[in-house]
Amino acid sequence: MAKTYSAGVKEYRETYWMPEYTPADTDILACFKITPQPGVPREEAAAAVAAESSTGTWTTVWTDLLTDLDHYKGRAYAIEDVPGDDECYYAFIAYPIDLFEEGSVVNVFTSLVGNVFGFKAVRALRLEDVRFPLAYVLTCNGPPNGIQVERDKFNKYGRALLGCTIKPKLGLSAKNYGRAVYECLRGGLDLTKDDENINSQPFMRWRNRFEFVMEAVHKAERETGERKGHYLNVTAPTPEEMYKRAEFAKELKAPIIMHDFLTGGFTANTGLAQWCRDNGMLLHIHRAMHAVLDRHPRHGIHFRVLAKALRLSGGDHLHSGTVVGKLEGDREATLGWIDIMRESFIKEDRSRGIFFDQDWGSMPGVFPVASGGIHVWHMPALVTIFGDDACLQFGGGTLGHPWGNAAGAAANRVALEACVEARNQGREVEKEGKDILTAAARHSPELKAAMDTWKEIKFEFDTVDKLDVAHR
Amino acid sequence: MSDVKDYASSLSDPNSRKFETFSYLEEMDANAIRKQVEYIVSKGWNPAVEHTEPENAFDHYWYMWKLPMFGETDVDRILDEAEACHKAHPSHHVRLIGYDNYAQSQGTSMVIYRGPMTA
Repeated sequence: MAKTYSAGVKEYRETYWMPEYTPADTDILACFKITPQPGVPREEAAAAVAAESSTGTWTTVWTDLLTDLDHYKGRAYAIEDVPGDDECYYAFIAYPIDLFEEGSVVNVFTSLVGNVFGFKAVRALRLEDVRFPLAYVLTCNGPPNGIQVERDKFNKYGRALLGCTIKPKLGLSAKNYGRAVYECLRGGLDLTKDDENINSQPFMRWRNRFEFVMEAVHKAERETGERKGHYLNVTAPTPEEMYKRAEFAKELKAPIIMHDFLTGGFTANTGLAQWCRDNGMLLHIHRAMHAVLDRHPRHGIHFRVLAKALRLSGGDHLHSGTVVGKLEGDREATLGWIDIMRESFIKEDRSRGIFFDQDWGSMPGVFPVASGGIHVWHMPALVTIFGDDACLQFGGGTLGHPWGNAAGAAANRVALEACVEARNQGREVEKEGKDILTAAARHSPELKAAMDTWKEIKFEFDTVDKLDVAHR
Repeated sequence: MSDVKDYASSLSDPNSRKFETFSYLEEMDANAIRKQVEYIVSKGWNPAVEHTEPENAFDHYWYMWKLPMFGETDVDRILDEAEACHKAHPSHHVRLIGYDNYAQSQGTSMVIYRGPMTA
């Protein structure tokens, strides 16, 4: 029977709180952590979030009746306590797939984390996880190449890739910068990286950097007989400029380029990923601005959601945090989003902060990149935590070697290979790390010097954003 | 500067050439090779042996020694094939591969016999 129109404000829960609803396999599901305003009932706040992130507005409008809102509305279908937090709770919301444009991470996030985050009925709001149904995943292009293809192109198997961000991050001339790249690569690193801040500043315009860096890469390849790459950062003020730089990288036969997906934006990223697919180019992704979004435990977007967004939008590498270095990252939570980046099916696992099963179908995986404050002494832990399908990036841990970049690179390479060999032999690498490295250093003065330089450095600040665990 | 050590590597010195995983470690002895074969078998991968002249090691495609040993789990038989390849081509690099047919990639690949580096 047709509905009649009555103007005015209805409570959200009358329309959007549906505890009896069983989510469809094609629904996009979201888990929000809600910090309510005092006096707002849980169901009403959850329903308000569902409404404001889907079809609702604050008052009834007559045009609601020109469509079937019951088909399009988001539904709050469950509420759960947050372990260890008596004030907040989790609200689970199901969105019908027809609410979103196919293949558009942009469109999904405009709804899910749009106006609702400034909504007055909630004091703070955090998007903890999103389940993208396979039906939606299949509309996205995803990583241009994926882990297996990258391994095949670079001919690197059975170990993690080794990289380094070139420092100082700002101020080097293009030719001096290329020198630093060459030294790292000839010493045994697989990859070097433009710092995210490097775009095309007056001290080093992009085209000059690209030319000198590629000469360094090609010479290091001839010298070592191994395949090498440097992430040429094509992040630019406009998409037109970004593509111009990407085209030139291809002309120079660069194997890999780089983009900052949050500051550059999802539209630029998705377009560039498609360009990379079309042009046989690998794509490294930086995540500047992520901590603005993901660090506060009660407000923002959890990194596991940003990681899913990137996998859909497209990228072959994504920074994941290291657990052991200078940057934030709780071990179990990190293991959770590493799985999200590289596995094809990830089961719900609250002990790792994963709220939903996620099926990626045959969408390629993304290499997690561990970077920041790590050096040879961290290698046993990194090999244990990340396994082989990761890119370990030692910036200061390469460039800060007392004998220079090449020696620093060789030290890292020897340490990595020694840990992998020991792991393959069934040894407990994290526990026996010191013995393994000490034995390897007998044949590598570069590793010995690195171990003498860095043994005292530790980063043991507590993480700010921990997994929610029961406190009583 | 006297305590800074020079990093010896050059285009003109063939010994500067590396060949990916484990090439920065000492050459493996028989016992170490056996353990890596055991690892490949324990992962359920298909062992394979390939070889090439050291000067062509950069190429993706090396010469296959026979065919990959699909389903072979006998460590001694795998070692025998690797050794037979080495004996037949003593001046070549010989690499051991573990094909992971589920990942549709190589689970690992390592040079276990190193040819003399002359060119």
